[in-house]
Amino acid sequence: MAAPTSLPGPGSGPAGARPAARWIAFFQAMLGISIFFLSWFLLVDVFAVWRFAQLPKLSVSLREMFSPDPTFGVSVFTKEYYDHLQASAGRVVFAFLIAVSAGVVIGILSGWNRWFRAVCQPLLELARPIPVLAWIPLVILVMPSRESAVIALTFLAAFFITILNTMLGVRSIDEVYFRAAQSLGFSRWAILRHVVIPGALPFIFVGLQIAMAACWFSLVASEIVSGTAGLGYKVWEAYYYVQFETMVIMILTLGICGYISSAIIRRLGAYLMRWRGKTLGGVA
Amino acid sequence: MSRGALSFRAVRKVYDPEGKAVLALDGVDLDIAPGEFCAIVGPSGCGKTTLLNAVAGFETLTAGAIQLDGRTIATPDASAAPGEDRIVVFQNGALFPWRSVMWNITCGPVMQGRMSEREAREHGLKLLARVGLKGCEDKYPNDLSGGQKRRVEIVRALINDPAVLLLDEPFRALDALTKSVMQEYLLELLVQFPKTVFFITHDLEEALFLGDKVVVFTSRPGRIKEVVSVDIPKPRSHEVLTSPRFLELKAALSAVVHTEAMRAFEAGEKEMAR
Repeated sequence: MAAPTSLPGPGSGPAGARPAARWIAFFQAMLGISIFFLSWFLLVDVFAVWRFAQLPKLSVSLREMFSPDPTFGVSVFTKEYYDHLQASAGRVVFAFLIAVSAGVVIGILSGWNRWFRAVCQPLLELARPIPVLAWIPLVILVMPSRESAVIALTFLAAFFITILNTMLGVRSIDEVYFRAAQSLGFSRWAILRHVVIPGALPFIFVGLQIAMAACWFSLVASEIVSGTAGLGYKVWEAYYYVQFETMVIMILTLGICGYISSAIIRRLGAYLMRWRGKTLGGVA
Repeated sequence: MSRGALSFRAVRKVYDPEGKAVLALDGVDLDIAPGEFCAIVGPSGCGKTTLLNAVAGFETLTAGAIQLDGRTIATPDASAAPGEDRIVVFQNGALFPWRSVMWNITCGPVMQGRMSEREAREHGLKLLARVGLKGCEDKYPNDLSGGQKRRVEIVRALINDPAVLLLDEPFRALDALTKSVMQEYLLELLVQFPKTVFFITHDLEEALFLGDKVVVFTSRPGRIKEVVSVDIPKPRSHEVLTSPRFLELKAALSAVVHTEAMRAFEAGEKEMAR
């Protein structure tokens, strides 16, 4: 899982980063990934070590993944693959956007307003540690369709995380900025727009990264239980029908989706917080 | 100049954290004339910043009153209210790091509706040039050095044309060389834009170099120990620091300041031991 951090990671750093350093970071990343796949290849394909013999072979899985005519009917050249991908990605994007818009608003309110915070925070602290898996039966009971249940569960995962991080973000803003704004004659609205929101942004984006990871996590769990399509649903279905290579394809796809979505958030954050560039780059 | 007369009458402030009353300021009476540069010196924790915050409208008083040009700006009855006639330059700086230098400078007059964005920008560019920061307007504060940030912050305060400028140890975090340059910048700016200045420092030399009047505070509770007029003519340059009159004043005051610093230190030790 991607490290939940707002710091631009190596390789995705500011445009000013030295090219040599970026290449080194790239090769380091490739090295780690290669070690994983090489171990898989050796343990399963080559030596078939003990329990690992049960697993799908890397070579067969990759061949299946890129085959125009896959044995179990799913590869990157089939429509079914993209149907599942689209179903899952659509749910994540939809649930994430709702969770973030609602979560940021509530988070800012509870960070800014003492009364609102006193009411919300205990409830939040109580609700946040409950694993999304525990909500599944209740949500299925209350939601009118299986599809809406999956989306609701994905939403829940991101919702609490976003609220909490946004609230912390507002609380993290140094009192001195509020004082400066007040003596410069800012209205309450101007304080919200020019102090609270930009000041909370670093924390908000940390929250968004964690929330995105949580979205994929709970998406897969809810698709397994309640889905009719999607990457998570297909993982379980493939297991059920002993199509292990298909399972691998779906898992790899989930990894790539998770990485891409979190990279998008990171880029967006780096763009919106250009003002932090120098201090974090260690140049200042 | 008729604006910026600041007067303190029997100002008293009691903090009450967890029921343990702490007397921060007691019986402070002080008058600062329009255009006067008043430097406040005292040991850490003597209530200097509390007094500044009360003027700025960030704190209420427990007793007494503060008036600005005859208008009461702080009493125990009224809740604290900051205003753009009293701009603070904070100890650790308070430029909004997420906005450009120009935005930081122009936000005050634009939000108060005193200038259009264009007017404010033109004015801001002129002021930036005055403090040697031409070409920095579109940078972010984090791209500036410590001394540059302080200059921007002083410009941000001046563009609001406040009646009184409140400076809370503004040069504390700067190295000695930058600090002396900044002091001269400040004096120079004040020649062009005369303001009443309420300047907090714990550096006696700085207080004497900048101030028309130096007020020494006792250790907690903060009371006025001594008020000295610095009769060295302005404009002053750093040669003043070695002039006989300056050294004389410094010698007279440093004993007083040192005694209070020792008392504050001992009180702190006792508090720690408790």
